[in-house]
Amino acid sequence: MHPVLTLVVQRIALGLLLLLAVSAVIFLGVAALPGDTAQAILGQSATPQALANLRAEMGLDQPALTRYFQWLGGVLTGDLGTSISNRTDIAAAIGQRLGNTLFLAGWAAVISVPLAILLGLVAARYNGRWPDKLISGATLSAISLPEFVVGYLILYFLAVKWQLFPSVAMVFPGMGMMERLNAVILPVIVLVLVVLAHMMRMTRAAILNVMQSAYIETAELKGLSPMQVIWRHAFPNAIAPVVNVVMLNLAYLVVGVVVVEVVFVYPGMGQYLVDHVAKRDLPVVQAVGLIFAAVYIGLNILADVISILANPRLRHPK
Amino acid sequence: MTDPLDRMIAAAKAGRMSRREFVGRTTALGVSAALASALYTKAAHAEPKKGGLIRMGMQGGESTNSLDPALAASEVPFAVNMTWGEMLVDVTPTGEIDLRIAEEISANADATEWKFKIRQGVEFHNGKTVTADDVVATLRRHTDEKSQSGALGIVQGITDMSAEGDMVTLKLASGNADLPYLMGDYHLIIQPNGGIDNPTEGIGAGPYKVVVHEPGIRHTFEKHANYFDTTIGHADQTEILVINDGTARTGALQSGQVHMMNRVDPKIAELLKRAPGVQVKAVPGRGHYVFIMHVDKAPFDNNDLRMALKLSVNRQEMVDKILGGLGSIGNDFPINSAYPLFDDSIPQREYDAALAAEHYAKSGHDGSPIILRTAQGAFPGAVEAAQLFQQTANAAGIPLEIKREPDDGYWSNVWNVEPFCASYWGGRPVQDQMYATAYLSTADWNDTKFKNAKFDELLMAARAELNADTRKATYSEMAKIVRDEGGLILPMFNDFVEAVRDEIQGWEADPNGELMNGRAHVKCWLA
Repeated sequence: MHPVLTLVVQRIALGLLLLLAVSAVIFLGVAALPGDTAQAILGQSATPQALANLRAEMGLDQPALTRYFQWLGGVLTGDLGTSISNRTDIAAAIGQRLGNTLFLAGWAAVISVPLAILLGLVAARYNGRWPDKLISGATLSAISLPEFVVGYLILYFLAVKWQLFPSVAMVFPGMGMMERLNAVILPVIVLVLVVLAHMMRMTRAAILNVMQSAYIETAELKGLSPMQVIWRHAFPNAIAPVVNVVMLNLAYLVVGVVVVEVVFVYPGMGQYLVDHVAKRDLPVVQAVGLIFAAVYIGLNILADVISILANPRLRHPK
Repeated sequence: MTDPLDRMIAAAKAGRMSRREFVGRTTALGVSAALASALYTKAAHAEPKKGGLIRMGMQGGESTNSLDPALAASEVPFAVNMTWGEMLVDVTPTGEIDLRIAEEISANADATEWKFKIRQGVEFHNGKTVTADDVVATLRRHTDEKSQSGALGIVQGITDMSAEGDMVTLKLASGNADLPYLMGDYHLIIQPNGGIDNPTEGIGAGPYKVVVHEPGIRHTFEKHANYFDTTIGHADQTEILVINDGTARTGALQSGQVHMMNRVDPKIAELLKRAPGVQVKAVPGRGHYVFIMHVDKAPFDNNDLRMALKLSVNRQEMVDKILGGLGSIGNDFPINSAYPLFDDSIPQREYDAALAAEHYAKSGHDGSPIILRTAQGAFPGAVEAAQLFQQTANAAGIPLEIKREPDDGYWSNVWNVEPFCASYWGGRPVQDQMYATAYLSTADWNDTKFKNAKFDELLMAARAELNADTRKATYSEMAKIVRDEGGLILPMFNDFVEAVRDEIQGWEADPNGELMNGRAHVKCWLA
């Protein structure tokens, strides 16, 4: 097998192992919480008999190890269990929420990633001059404000004062694509502003780092224009760190946007998780926790794989 | 007509002016009082316009909500159920019984047997006709502990229920003159066959049918064409959006995405009033914010100490600072003028540091700190209210200290567990129910551990008494017992603070519940 391929397979296997470990940690953490699920359902009026009945019905009287493997088996076959609070199938409920979250994160990524890289390239090209300062200043101020402040500012101006876009980003099945885009435009703007600076700064720093190398000087001496130097010679060698930061931000767009969801009333995963945490609905908390972990680990594996493939020393070993 | 008069009529039409205010100001223009009153009636009862879509943005919905009326506990499920459901009766804003599915109600002399005649031709959304059997099945389901019904305590006193033709007969263990009010509880929505087959199907006899039910996100409804009451249900469609974040909710109202919202933060009510196209409505209700002491635990088992604490609260200051003036002061018993049979002659307790110090000295307390537990989630402003309490109590020489608790677990670890903490009550339609829920010796939610044989006896006597004057006198006596001996410190009654857009017409203040007792979108119409 090609050594790069071995490396990639190793990374993926390691990721899966990590996911398994995380699932055990999630399960243990939830199991270690004070009070149990049956108590949570029945509330303070619970009688010992009712508690025992419900525990038996939900299988809570089994040893933790048995329950863990039952749960893991269910997850692998797509059965995430049943929500305690409203007795609905968790997989079905999550499916729609996850779709919404990915829709929002997807559009934010489609806009922010190319924009951040482009701005990073421009900032590196005009390093220390006014375009660099303008780009860095603007994006850094956006990231310095907490996301809910950015959210409220945008909501106030674009929705309340000028009434350009809806303040409530309500999406539901059966909505047309244009309608959907119109609904999510404000949260997308906020998310773009929040993630832009991190990726832009990393692109700029990675490229400036590479610009010190001797082969860049060679490229300049053979008469390439500065933008060509950056695009053809500096950027390919700066991909690895940039990809890592991009993936971290993509993961954030999926798992970390609960505040933005609340401000714009967007029916995504974050709000779903918070509701069920408040109700002590542990099966849902476990399921969402596992999905979030999978997203994080998956994107990080992807980043590693891309970095490996982008590294010529690994692609063409001696 | 003169211009100012036109403006005032327009204001009355939009519900911005009360009758008293309208009459006062128009008579100042030289209009006779009788004519002014007639003008107001005409303006305020302008012909409702049919059609359109009314949207409400509400706090208090979660993705865990269900359509089962037995389980409704928070604001959104309440309003959702009031949209598709209908009870035997409802309660009018002035506190009378509003006959809905019941057409006629009668009782025997000691109020132990009640007959409800079922209205003919009321139709469920699935086309079936509402029968007496459906009503009995509904009540029966709520008496079953397995239904986990919030109305279990209400229906428990019914020993026998039967249906015959269009007549439902309920027999009670002991007489209860308030039974019709209890049937207006929002859990007791009449469902086909009582909802036993499928409690969450959302089929009722209410003004709107459920179209979309996405808990924690939105609920949409369309008009039930055969709804029996043509005087309400004006919009063709209505929608409830769950917007739990206060700023987002205000934003949605200001940008016109919703027509009404609940729960305006009192801190921003003044600012929101200045926003164009929006009106803030503060409606006095029965909800109240309290500090509760367990009267069976030291040091609160000493009535002088309790009295010292009651006297060391500056009530008006709390209303002004915690409620932003949108509320009224309390008198240490859980009843106010929003209840029928309220006695307004009971003297108001005031802040009196000297008298408080006197009672404190008499109590012989050892001077160790008295711990008051509070949390931001106990009620909005509970931490600040506790701080005000601490200052005024310390001024009276009482060593009150505050312990701040986390919101998470407050209702299971602190409330009903610790002897002195902040809490709130939402109020009940009638005095009997409020007292029976929390002040009767055997009450489930007796959160002050108040046990008083005389009080219990009076409550039972008032319950079976059909003479209103005698009942009022008994309730007054009970109020005085709770006020002077109970473990309840009740500094303030909070208003429902809501906001509506100008295009909403037909708004009416209703003390029974927020957003016109959950039916603002059903009773209002779009201009």
